[in-house]
Amino acid sequence: MPEPRVLILRAPGTNCDRETAFAFETAGARCEVLHVNRVLESPGVLDRFQILCIPGGFSYGDDVAAGRILANQMQHHLADAIARFKDDGKLILGICNGFQALLKSGVLLTSDGQRGPAATLTWNDSGRYEDRWVRLRADGSRCVFLQGIDRMYLPVAHAEGKFVPRDAAALAELDAAGQVALRYVPLDGATPADPSAALPFPDNPNGSPGNVAGVCDPTGRVLGLMPHPERHIDPTHHPRWTRADASPAGDGLALFANAVAYFTGAAVG
Amino acid sequence: MLWEVDIYTAPGQTDRLAATVAGEAADAGMNGRLGVRAARGYLIQGDFSPADLDRIAGELLADAVVERTVVAPVGDDRLSQPPEPAARLIHVLPKPGVTDPVAQSAQAAIADFGLAVEAVRTFKKYWITGLADDQVAPLCAKILANDAIEQVILGPLAFDRLGVGSAYAFARVTVPMAAMDDAALVRLGREGQLFLSVEEMRTIQAHFRDLGRDPTDVELETLAQTWSEHCSHKTLAGRIRYQGPDVSRQFDNMLRETIFAATQKIRREAGADDWCVSVFSDNAGVVRFDEQYNVCFKVETHNHPSALEPYGGANTGIGGVIRDPMGTGLGARPVCNTDVFCFAPPDTPVDAVPQGVLHPRRVMKGVVAGVRDYGNRMGIPTVNGAVFFDPRYLGNPLVYCGNVGTIPRDKSFKEPKPGDLVVAMGGRTGRDGIHGATFSSAELTHESDELSGGAVQIGNAITEKMLLDVLMEAQARGLYHAVTDCGAGGFSSAVGEMGEKIGAEVWLDRVPLKYEGLSYAEIWISEAQERMVLAVAPDKWDELSALCASEGVEATAIGRFVPTGRLELKYHDQQVADLSMAFLHDGRPPVVREAVYAPPPARPLAPPAKDCQGYTDSLLAILGSLNVASKHWMIRQYDHEVQGGSVVKPLTGAANDGPSDAAVLRPVLENRRGIVIACGMNPRYGDLDTYHMAASAIDEALRNAVAVGADPARTAILDNFCWGNTDRPETLGSLVRAAVACYDVATALGTPFISGKDSLNNEFRPEGADEPIAIPPSLLISALGQVDDVARCVTMDLKQAGNAVFLVGQTKNELGGSHFALVEGLDGGSVPTVDPALARRTFVAVHRAIHAGAVRACHDLSEGGLAVAVAEMAFAGGLGARIELDDVPATDDARHAAVLLFSESNTRFLCEVPPERAEAFRAALDDLPCACIGQVIAEATLEIVHAGEHAIRCDLTTLKKTWQRPLDW
Repeated sequence: MPEPRVLILRAPGTNCDRETAFAFETAGARCEVLHVNRVLESPGVLDRFQILCIPGGFSYGDDVAAGRILANQMQHHLADAIARFKDDGKLILGICNGFQALLKSGVLLTSDGQRGPAATLTWNDSGRYEDRWVRLRADGSRCVFLQGIDRMYLPVAHAEGKFVPRDAAALAELDAAGQVALRYVPLDGATPADPSAALPFPDNPNGSPGNVAGVCDPTGRVLGLMPHPERHIDPTHHPRWTRADASPAGDGLALFANAVAYFTGAAVG
Repeated sequence: MLWEVDIYTAPGQTDRLAATVAGEAADAGMNGRLGVRAARGYLIQGDFSPADLDRIAGELLADAVVERTVVAPVGDDRLSQPPEPAARLIHVLPKPGVTDPVAQSAQAAIADFGLAVEAVRTFKKYWITGLADDQVAPLCAKILANDAIEQVILGPLAFDRLGVGSAYAFARVTVPMAAMDDAALVRLGREGQLFLSVEEMRTIQAHFRDLGRDPTDVELETLAQTWSEHCSHKTLAGRIRYQGPDVSRQFDNMLRETIFAATQKIRREAGADDWCVSVFSDNAGVVRFDEQYNVCFKVETHNHPSALEPYGGANTGIGGVIRDPMGTGLGARPVCNTDVFCFAPPDTPVDAVPQGVLHPRRVMKGVVAGVRDYGNRMGIPTVNGAVFFDPRYLGNPLVYCGNVGTIPRDKSFKEPKPGDLVVAMGGRTGRDGIHGATFSSAELTHESDELSGGAVQIGNAITEKMLLDVLMEAQARGLYHAVTDCGAGGFSSAVGEMGEKIGAEVWLDRVPLKYEGLSYAEIWISEAQERMVLAVAPDKWDELSALCASEGVEATAIGRFVPTGRLELKYHDQQVADLSMAFLHDGRPPVVREAVYAPPPARPLAPPAKDCQGYTDSLLAILGSLNVASKHWMIRQYDHEVQGGSVVKPLTGAANDGPSDAAVLRPVLENRRGIVIACGMNPRYGDLDTYHMAASAIDEALRNAVAVGADPARTAILDNFCWGNTDRPETLGSLVRAAVACYDVATALGTPFISGKDSLNNEFRPEGADEPIAIPPSLLISALGQVDDVARCVTMDLKQAGNAVFLVGQTKNELGGSHFALVEGLDGGSVPTVDPALARRTFVAVHRAIHAGAVRACHDLSEGGLAVAVAEMAFAGGLGARIELDDVPATDDARHAAVLLFSESNTRFLCEVPPERAEAFRAALDDLPCACIGQVIAEATLEIVHAGEHAIRCDLTTLKKTWQRPLDW
């Protein structure tokens, strides 16, 4: 199969669209960056693509709440088109603000009519926006994007990245289903005995219960994550590349390569 | 009907807003025992059913997992049920007409439900217990609200509709000035907030007398704005008779004969290798980057607005400077921001803050939040900056904001054509910032917040981001001939400048307004944010208009460039202004100023002799001083990696927390070529001699850039002068002296100035005081460097035990203005000087060594000298160092341990060099002053030895903690 086509969806205030497209193209995909208005005008445009990516930024200023307004637009106008996209076996990725929009629109985790949404993303415990690097442990058992990935070192840059489940049971269900695809782990590289035991700041940069950094849907084909894989696709992105700590390719590139390989069948390694 | 939605945190969730208020009240010494419960809320006007409102609240406004709502019509009892008995209810709302971005977005999002919504406004609601009656007003004024933009309502809300503005009835206003005497002219200028001198008023009077008519209000406003200090830089570009300590000189145009002249000389000497593209002519200075792109840089200040409303002032400061590259040539793409702030110390006692002045801690938090929220939302990394603290910035904080952009080489120049439409793009026009240009040129008084509240604005970053998105597309498609930003002076400045060589007519009634009721004059001079003006050929207008509409950006043809040489303003076909462009731009009488400068008499500084404990304590005191201390609290709140080109981050080292000398990034992701952003500033030296202050600032900016790998031969600089009242000859003299230094040092280094800006009259007069408090002379030099291949860059953290530590440059007995003098309370001493010829060779040599791969770490020596530099390198790298002061290259009078440790002599670097590269390193340095002064050691200790004895000995954890603690907020 030829290289997959990626729709990078941009809304007013989206600002990671160009580097996210660059990351996908570096991994071998073909990208088109489209304004959300074009997709709202003709939702059928989604049919031309194999991968839908909602990149980082501040869609609609994150006014009201991060990702909320874009999420509502998706719910109101694109629910059918996105459902079809998922049913067709395609991939959806939300990074940072994209994660917020995917979660709040119900595309990522289904809402329970009685008990409400399974989870939300809200203000960091620190109460402020922060840009810092975190260590992550991936669970690729279910998630297509994280196949074969164990650890990643990536930056987070957000104010509203604390993943709050509706209750402990909701988190346990996600965990049991293999949907907690990414967790923060200690910055010193230690492997905690219990990955869901609360880590202190800044290992866990926002206070997410269970150290959740990213979740996937039950199919493993929809992933939302707070860290920015597109900001670590070059050795010089690593904050300590001058100390020779960096890897030849940035840790984040494998995630994009996995998405491409899902369609081309090429081995990632 | 008007509905209210109150949103509280759900049980078990942290009420952050309440905690902030309680914490700030305690910090301010007002009340440490407040009980606070807070809600954010929305007022929503429209014909809704209760079910509609529940849906809006549940699906849009509140988060069902972490929040709970109370929804009811305004005035309903449910909205005023206190969570605790006897809690006071206080509401804070933006004043009518103040930009409320969340309300705008919420309104559009409610409409997306298919509901008809008339208006929305946000508010905050506080329930407070433990508050005495007499504490209510101070709490509201100092913590809860800023009167410049917000209103406080005690108790339940009681109004039943949201309305702003009422219809405007046109009336042409003329100002009968023909018969006015000087006193009347002065009164007219003051009452109209024109801030023109009496000579200027007389010139205008004579001009209209010759025309046989009186000016209209908008003609006067246009002249006042165009002739303002802010827009015309009339003082520094004016005639100055200067008497310095050893020279007297007559300038016809001071800036042109110093700063600009340096660049012209450098460009002439470069000949065919000239890499400057457009300097001191466009909104930003432009230099060549690679085969495809040029790169441009502009730094502006937003001082007076930030003094009154720190969040809004800084917010619109960064928003404004981003529009400078966007408005350069045919539009540059912004790639990074810089920010430099000057504040009074945040621990200033509350009762030492005069009336009308905000506490510096509040100023600082507001300013940082303002830059953060705008820069982050724009998706532009904020990568470099500095913060200086001095009590003289109390009433007059400084906020410098910079922006760098890339622009295709063939889009670097603009030329509006006769017949082009004048197109306004972006935000709507409101009463925001009326009189910003003239106000920013005036001294602040304790009444300023009442007099000039209209000059304060709040930005909406997303409006600007949307504007940027369509502008870049329109630029690529070639849909316009020229673009500029609406900054100070609004349309008046933008259209007046763009049409200077042609002429323009403007149809003010067509300008889209935020609300009704603006007069034609208000429309013309409004400084509403997020607007740009384009010159569009009529045959491209449909395409541009459609492009804008497709992304929800408003674009309106509001006039036409016509070859009349006149500026004509119309309102529904009524002519309200008709000015000749020649009079507008060249009619201002020259400003003639006297300037004198005599440096304070030299006073020796005898450094105290101390033992190891004593010098170690001095080092810790400097590391923990506010100027030197870690700024991670600010840096981490800025997205410094968005756009994906980050190479050297502001914080670096083994734990990502050491202080980088400069930032490096790749603005074009396909390319390995990088830009380097650095700055230099030291107001403390200005108290001793502004010549050497300026020379040192240039040297510092250059060495910061060179320290990470920038090629000094491809580094350009910018000047930003913030000074006191230059009507005083001594104050102007200190500025002229600095400008002369700029010429001398820039030409000797071959480093061109490409852009600059000045902000004068930075003084504050407290109530009842005779003398205003002037800021110290504050010259910021910003540097824009380049590197061929970012893989050759280095950072400042020590890398490997066993490597040698070389000191490059000569140490002199220069403790004057140093941080050692500051922490020890010492006066006098020699201010650091620059030997520019030696500096040029040194920069080239250090660059050569870095480029050759001989350097593993490099750090410049600045505040705190050698001791601070090596301490920072050590704790950033997590490796110790052992240093021998006896090996330091120094002048004979600099052999004192305190001088060797803490002198701030310029043009010095510390370089970590692996043993096997030492030969190559020495070869690159040639005969320049340079010596191996020690080694990197595995033990986590800094040891500095002088004459066989320890002068400093300290573990790295103590050093680092001391450096991180003061601003670890």
